[in-house]
Amino acid sequence: MHAFEYHRPKTLDEAAAVLARAEDASPVAGGQTLLQTLRQRLAEPSDLVDLRGIPDLYGITREGDSLRIGAMVRHNEVARSREVEQAIPALAGLAGGIGDAQVRNMGTLGGSIANNDPAADYPAGLLGLGATVHTSQRTIPADEFFVDMFETALEPGEIVRSVDFPIPQRASYIKFAQPASRFALVGVMVSQGAGGVRVAVTGAGPAVFRVPDMEQALALDFSADAIRDIRVPADELNDDIHGTPEYRAHLVTVLARRAVEAALNAG
Amino acid sequence: MNVSLTVNGKAVSAEVEPRTLLVEFLRDELGLTGTHVGCDTGQCGACTVHLDGRAVKACSVLVGQADGAEVLTIEGLAGEDGSLHPMQAAFHEQHGLQCGFCTPGMVMAAIDLVRSYPGASDTTIRAQLEGNLCRCTGYENIVRAVRTGAANMEAQ
Repeated sequence: MHAFEYHRPKTLDEAAAVLARAEDASPVAGGQTLLQTLRQRLAEPSDLVDLRGIPDLYGITREGDSLRIGAMVRHNEVARSREVEQAIPALAGLAGGIGDAQVRNMGTLGGSIANNDPAADYPAGLLGLGATVHTSQRTIPADEFFVDMFETALEPGEIVRSVDFPIPQRASYIKFAQPASRFALVGVMVSQGAGGVRVAVTGAGPAVFRVPDMEQALALDFSADAIRDIRVPADELNDDIHGTPEYRAHLVTVLARRAVEAALNAG
Repeated sequence: MNVSLTVNGKAVSAEVEPRTLLVEFLRDELGLTGTHVGCDTGQCGACTVHLDGRAVKACSVLVGQADGAEVLTIEGLAGEDGSLHPMQAAFHEQHGLQCGFCTPGMVMAAIDLVRSYPGASDTTIRAQLEGNLCRCTGYENIVRAVRTGAANMEAQ
């Protein structure tokens, strides 16, 4: 690991000031991806800005038809929250399936979405539920937040504050986990609510994406059979030692169907 | 930079390089070598300690992230008279170890597991121990030990 300066700001303004001032600063939330990235010398920030001491970034609150979760809320807190379990059980389940228990005890919502790993679970959660991201500067809909592999709409120095999840009528997240890493080989979030039907896929492509054909079919008939014959094109999907693009395309349909069934059983 | 934390009930303050990992601090600065470094890449869980009561991998945490926190390592579990913690005793009773390298991490993870999931089934125990690898593959006895340890802890 290269050397860096370490900052422990107490407010969002203080954190933003350090990020703006430093040569090449990186915020650190739980650090469960960043630490190993630094250790492999894949990144060399001049400064790390630890967001742990900023009270504004915590908390899970239900406000009407929406659930607000702070950026520094850890995966295990979401997984075990009564509030989340009652409002969006699929989201509690998603958080409880990230990494392993120790990773879930450090890793945070804000860190996960800011990193936007192509196989991370939360991006599918946000996109599949039609969430909204609040940052230190503005509000960004999930549809615009996840741009490309490890790339988001966040500007340099912009910090995720919280995420608002509209509470759906029903939802489910099903992932096919790569057995060593626990990352999703493919993961599918399906939801039905006031904003219509949403289907979001992680792990399969360079970044999380929606499947409009499935959404339209499910809007007419919310059943697993309605999407039986809908396939996403394989040509833009990931190809690695864990699976071919064709295999991933196949998994998208299989998991989407299972997610629809699970959502119906849960709702 | 300066960090101040509580380790196994004792206040510790030290001047450290910011890139110091919690596991390096525990082993190299404090001599607490019961926390093992296995894979050193966040996979195996041999370095599991408690940070404010939560099991974390000390190779994936900077000591700065533990500033002001309470850290508990395997050395902090036994009573002052040397009596084993109920989970340690259960690993002993059930032979929940072969070479023993993964054991400190297993025990620390298991204690958090039992507190977080009282009455956990074998399925839950196995799922929650996904972050701890045993290269001897002695999982049957480990799961049995965790179950016994859970009963011992609840009986206390």
